[in-house]
Amino acid sequence: MDKSWAYISNYSIYVAMAIFALSFLAHAFETAFAVRAPKNADTTEGTLLTKTLDYGRTEKAARVATVLMVLATVALAFGVIARGLSNGHVPWGNMYEFSITGALTFVAAYLVALRKYDLRWLGLFISFSVLLTLGTAITLLYRDSAPLVPALKSTWLVIHVVAAIISGGIFLLANVVAGAYLYLENAESKGGRPGWAFRVPTLDVLDQLSYRLVAFVFPLWTFSVIAGAIWAEAAWGRYWGWDPKETWAFITWVAYAAYLHARVTVGWRGKRAAWLCIFAGSTFLFNYVYINIWGTGKHTYSGL
Amino acid sequence: MTQTELPELGFLSLLRYIWRQLTSMRTALILLMMMGIAAIPGSLIPQRISNPIAVRDFFAAHPTRAQWYDRFSLFDVYGSSWFSAIYILLFISLIGCVLPRTVEHFRAMRAEPPATPRNLNRLEQHQIFEGNGTELAEATRWFKKKRFRIRQGMQDISAEKGYLRETGNLFFHLSLILILIGVGFGSLFGMRGEAIVNVGERFINVPTSYDSLALGKLTNDLNASPFVIEVNDFVATYNPKTNAATDYSMNVTTTDEDQVREQLVKVNKPLTFGDTRVYLQANGYAPIVTVRDSTGSVVFQGPVTFLPQDGNLRSIGSIKVPDANPQVGFVASLLPTYQRSESDGGISVYPELLRPKMLFSVWSGDLGLDSGVPQSVYRIDTTEMTNLGLGSLSVGETFQYPGGTITLEKIIPWVNLQIVDDPGKSYALFGGIAAILGLIFSLYGRRRRIWVRINGTQVEVAALSKNNAPGLEKEIAELVAHLKGNA
Ligand code: HEM
Repeated sequence: MDKSWAYISNYSIYVAMAIFALSFLAHAFETAFAVRAPKNADTTEGTLLTKTLDYGRTEKAARVATVLMVLATVALAFGVIARGLSNGHVPWGNMYEFSITGALTFVAAYLVALRKYDLRWLGLFISFSVLLTLGTAITLLYRDSAPLVPALKSTWLVIHVVAAIISGGIFLLANVVAGAYLYLENAESKGGRPGWAFRVPTLDVLDQLSYRLVAFVFPLWTFSVIAGAIWAEAAWGRYWGWDPKETWAFITWVAYAAYLHARVTVGWRGKRAAWLCIFAGSTFLFNYVYINIWGTGKHTYSGL
Repeated sequence: MTQTELPELGFLSLLRYIWRQLTSMRTALILLMMMGIAAIPGSLIPQRISNPIAVRDFFAAHPTRAQWYDRFSLFDVYGSSWFSAIYILLFISLIGCVLPRTVEHFRAMRAEPPATPRNLNRLEQHQIFEGNGTELAEATRWFKKKRFRIRQGMQDISAEKGYLRETGNLFFHLSLILILIGVGFGSLFGMRGEAIVNVGERFINVPTSYDSLALGKLTNDLNASPFVIEVNDFVATYNPKTNAATDYSMNVTTTDEDQVREQLVKVNKPLTFGDTRVYLQANGYAPIVTVRDSTGSVVFQGPVTFLPQDGNLRSIGSIKVPDANPQVGFVASLLPTYQRSESDGGISVYPELLRPKMLFSVWSGDLGLDSGVPQSVYRIDTTEMTNLGLGSLSVGETFQYPGGTITLEKIIPWVNLQIVDDPGKSYALFGGIAAILGLIFSLYGRRRRIWVRINGTQVEVAALSKNNAPGLEKEIAELVAHLKGNA
């Protein structure tokens, strides 16, 4: 193991965390001051507010927040790559490495989506989630750089895990959006959005957005499961064995298929769809956290 | 439905009713959710197929609960009748849903797009502007260039694109059936077995060579020709810091239909004989011992397979000498890198043979081999035997006990080979690839209709997309700009 690269990697992760924390503060500042809630205004119409409120007030803060996010992402990417160099293999050998790579794709997905949609209202959640993930990773999950166990030595590892991590990042993003939907739906039915949330798009847009995100990654998740099966066939002599990890990947797949069906064929929208989306996302998280750490079976690579 | 109406509901219409219910979207959704939920218990409760030892332990720890679990097949969830019932119903529903749609889609694809509706202004994208009369011809050109399918009216055009979305969707659902066929085929006609082979020895692919062998329900013999694998060498390397294995490699000479080959097997690189694949599954050690009786003649010689117990390959085993008089047995453990621990006695601190030691107790009496009760090769039932003492040996040493001697000649590694034939897996793989392709077209495809109508000098453009696919607005803007640009 190359000690100095491992050291550089850890250092970069700490730097990234510090910048994410600053970005979080900038986002919080922006969220709090961007919009002055009009007194007694009809707050249910998101579009109405754009006329009455001045976004320019905190445009600078918003820009700073996004620039910080980009810088932090670069530092994080550097940390992940350095981790790979220290190991001599792709940095997906244990749960610490899955987590930092997962955080990277999560925030990268956000930054890519930001180029197309005005998603800055999400930045607060994103910087917070990434900070939380990295913090947990480096304090609880950290393991010294080590070579891979033999079954992980395969190009399918790269393919399968990359697909799974990207899918996971986007599933969780869809969950954040669905969660925002449920929160705001509740707030609006009780009289109105809280001031900081005026900027968040209308419920309809949120509803569509979480669907789009899921529909976008579902083929990738399917691919990831199949790539895992191909790898399992090469490593263990069977492509499917109902190992707990495989079982939960299947459950996640079925849950999202049910979500897509509920929307497309049965016409679910809004609250029910959002709950189903969150349920499906939870099966993914459960698989990642519970089965990795406490599960038995062949997929025990958490290194814990 | 009232009582009096029931008799009129004939048998056929009842069947039709059930069929319609089963193939409805709502039922499909419920079955999908049930399928997900039904898969959960098998991941939380130990399963016989993957972890029989844990099931046995569970029975020992919670006898009554285990019996109840067993009654509901909770130790065999994925082979249980209730799990099968759910997926069979789901697939019947799938077939009932997809086949009629395929036929319908096939027809629709060859028919013209539907005629222009009278009221275009109710549609999501609708624009009216002044034109000069060339718009219909221009629109036709534009649609043709963009490969829309069009229906030309006197004063209007109706154009449609994106049939690939439905095609992909049907393709996806049909490929799920192919995956199921592949899985079923493999479990009916496949086979799977395991064999432990000492380094330096040979494995011949005949049923008696296997330590365990499971044939599919409709398989009655090994599917492959009797190939031979001679294990020349096996090397495992470990990380000195974590003691975890970093690599395995096995050198073999294989003979298959008179073709002799030297091959290297690694963890992710199995051997292939036709459809049969051979995997390197596990490894351990076998001490080669010589046991002599009091006169000095050899009563036992050979390698004895020991079973690893932990990551440092502390292994247990038994050496049974039925030819000695009285019979002798050694209950032994093998420690590849021996160290004394205050609490546990002898332990192994590294999986390689750095300081190997065999610790054992010697027993004399009846080994019970003729009792007819099957015995573990790794254990000895010592209830009918007397203990003659404890010993320990390094390689090359001899230990003397009352009645004979035992010599530890050498320690060789063994490998556990897993031999698998799954004739269904290529169907499943093919189905999987088709499913992904189908999904991509289904989820990324955009199906939309666009209409253009001329009314005097007025040009009316309207469009409709299925599933609210984005991008229609842009497309319409493009079309309108094109029409205006030529005006
Ligand atoms: C193994 C079970 C099944 C899985 C995994 C599955 C998965 C999917 C997926 C991923 C979609 C795409 C949704 C979208 O366009 O956003 C879909 C659509 C659809 N599925 Fe299924 N499905 C299954 C069973 C069924 C069954 C049993 C039926 C019929 C009763 C059915 C009928 C449909 C229909 C009609 C669509 C809508 C296509 C459209 O209009 O775009 N599916 N399914």
